[in-house]
Amino acid sequence: MFDQLSDRLQATLSEVRSRGKLTEADVDAAMREIRLALLEADVNFKVVKSFTVRLKERCLGSDVLESLDPGQQVVKIVDEELTELMGGAGRDLAFASKGPTVILMAGLQGSGKTTACAKLARHLGESGRDVALAACDVYRPAAVDQLVTVGEQAGATVYERGTDADPVEIAAWALQRAGEEERDVLIVDTAGRLHVDEELMDELARIRKRVKPHDVLLVVDAMTGQDAVGVAESFAGAAEFDGVVMTKLDGDARGGAALSVKAVTGKPILYGSTGEKLEEFERFHPDRMSSRILGMGDVLSLIEKAEKEVDERQAMDLQEKLRREQFTLEDFLQQMRQVRKMGPIGNLMGMLPGMGAMKQLKGSDFDESELDRVEAIILSMTPAERGAPGMINGSRRRRIAAGSGTKVQHVNQLVKQFDQMRGVMKQMASGKMPDPQQLAQMQGGAPRPKMRRR
Amino acid sequence: MASTWQQTFDLGSRRLPEESAGGGEDDSSRGVFKRLRESLSASRRALTQEVSSSLFERIDEETWERLEEALILADAGAPTTAQVVERLEREVETGDVAADGEAVSERLIQLIAELAATGWRPIDLSGEPAVLMMVGVNGTGKTTTAGKIAWHLSRELGLSVVLAAADTYRAAASEQLAEWAERAGAGLVSGEPGADPGSVAFDAVGAARARGADVVVVDTAGRLHTQSNLMDELAKVRRVIGKQVPAAPHETLLTVDATTGQNGLRQARTFAEAVEVDGVVLTKLDGTAKGGITLAIANELEIPVKLIGIGESLEDLRPFDAPAFARALLEE
Repeated sequence: MFDQLSDRLQATLSEVRSRGKLTEADVDAAMREIRLALLEADVNFKVVKSFTVRLKERCLGSDVLESLDPGQQVVKIVDEELTELMGGAGRDLAFASKGPTVILMAGLQGSGKTTACAKLARHLGESGRDVALAACDVYRPAAVDQLVTVGEQAGATVYERGTDADPVEIAAWALQRAGEEERDVLIVDTAGRLHVDEELMDELARIRKRVKPHDVLLVVDAMTGQDAVGVAESFAGAAEFDGVVMTKLDGDARGGAALSVKAVTGKPILYGSTGEKLEEFERFHPDRMSSRILGMGDVLSLIEKAEKEVDERQAMDLQEKLRREQFTLEDFLQQMRQVRKMGPIGNLMGMLPGMGAMKQLKGSDFDESELDRVEAIILSMTPAERGAPGMINGSRRRRIAAGSGTKVQHVNQLVKQFDQMRGVMKQMASGKMPDPQQLAQMQGGAPRPKMRRR
Repeated sequence: MASTWQQTFDLGSRRLPEESAGGGEDDSSRGVFKRLRESLSASRRALTQEVSSSLFERIDEETWERLEEALILADAGAPTTAQVVERLEREVETGDVAADGEAVSERLIQLIAELAATGWRPIDLSGEPAVLMMVGVNGTGKTTTAGKIAWHLSRELGLSVVLAAADTYRAAASEQLAEWAERAGAGLVSGEPGADPGSVAFDAVGAARARGADVVVVDTAGRLHTQSNLMDELAKVRRVIGKQVPAAPHETLLTVDATTGQNGLRQARTFAEAVEVDGVVLTKLDGTAKGGITLAIANELEIPVKLIGIGESLEDLRPFDAPAFARALLEE
């Protein structure tokens, strides 16, 4: 399966094999690719700069310079460094020794605070804790209603005073109620606020002072770009948050903001929200996030899921076929079906390294309807055609298009890209490095942007 | 290219009173730019220096590096950044642009502004009723923007507006829109939670026709572009609207949060494939994020920004002013 950053590094360092030695210039070239990958993943520009400086030092060490496969070594080091940067010595939620544990949730508008509050409530409730929620967003229309609704769904009590009271007072009153009713946890939802809104940031500081939370969590949207650092720094100043909740991880945003926030504030990402349903909430895994940022896919999770479905013998047969360029559209259909059996493609695609060979088929983003279409086209082919796509002439293409309810151009696209993919996969299965030209062609031929900075 | 409200909406054959003072709109882009700066966050430094003196004192290799950095920090993305910088560098090398600070910065602003306005046309409200659909990822400000548009059309332009609460998924979404409808003086059509969004939209447009309303603004549920079943649902909502009024929705606007990174391009691409997006509303520009991803969206997909959101109140909506956007993109 393909691995975006790995591809690029191998292409960049492809000459090294023949020379047998990696030079500083080679490492610089590799650093440029890594820089680009991290920027594309929305890691903050300055974080990328300092990260690549340290990375370069390590890569100039002898274990990379003398290795047989420097490209792979570099990738390994990048993954390690990123994981460490993202994980390190984090901390779990702190719980009160007596009285309710107070958790304060803060963040920008639209980051997903209210939903995150309910999810956290449900998550903590699962271990038997009695959780209450405080509705302190008095600004956004129907925010209180929203928290009441999702709070109930999460099995938590919601303390609210409508929208006429002062949020600081509501928080204090809720804390008192929580104490009287002997709740284990009180989660305080607050209004979304801009980190540059002095008045609201001051309000947040006052809420904090009043309820003395054991944990302050900053809710950050996974698709946030370069601005993440500024936001995190400001919130750290006003509310001194302890950890981050990353939301909307079910999208395909690479999530570089996670790295930026951790790198700059040192605060760990504690939880990840992976969907709109309340159950879609989990402890954060730094190593998996690191792979995701690099476009390497969450291989660990995929392996866990695949263990049930993938037949090892089939996998070995497949590798042999790939090596002999005997991989046919029929094989591809079987592979695709197997992957589909594993679960909603949406979740899996995010885990496949570089979204796998199938992504290459379209050269851009990937979704169920694409798969449906590809499957329909292949099913409209005769077994002979699946085995030897080269025989598919004009009239066959028209027949296939008609039979699958697609257009001839879709059939053309599938056949052409499958052919290209087969060539590339053969090389990879044989242990050779793929020709960068071919790769670029397959990916839609978009030229790599040139960045001049070191 | 618009910088005034009048230029932003195509109202068809409707006659309107002379555009009211409402802040004394003047046509000069400097005036709008000035107001844009003022309405942005208080902690932002006022522009004490023109772009030229900070970026282009000397024109050398470092200049181009710093320009790249500025655009990347604004989330314009590597490909679009490279394109802009290379073009400007070439023009300076060939002498098309004089190698002095002022000329280069003016040309840069021009290049970025032109790029940002790629494919720009006024928002089409010529239909009777005109139907406008809001789409976008969760949390980007669809509902608030729907309210703002309704407010502007109703309170400033005197049009009759119906808001359609076709977000039947999110808890209290229609209550939220109901509040905006009340404040904006717009009608509201909503459904039961969990109702089919297409049918709410259908009913709303039908109601607008029956009442002779001018505009229907359809709010939809936030959805990640990676959820193909939800993208299909959106396409269906669009088709269903078309059954009520052929050619409707006449305008589909995608909300993009100014803080969005490179994923914004993917969002735009996927939404455009599902429902044909006519323009972007760039929201939350009152923060520190520059919204540079919309430059990449305009560049690669030819979908321009048409409106910007600069706050949480109903009045906090402005027409998109490309030169002002370009300048703001480059300021520290």
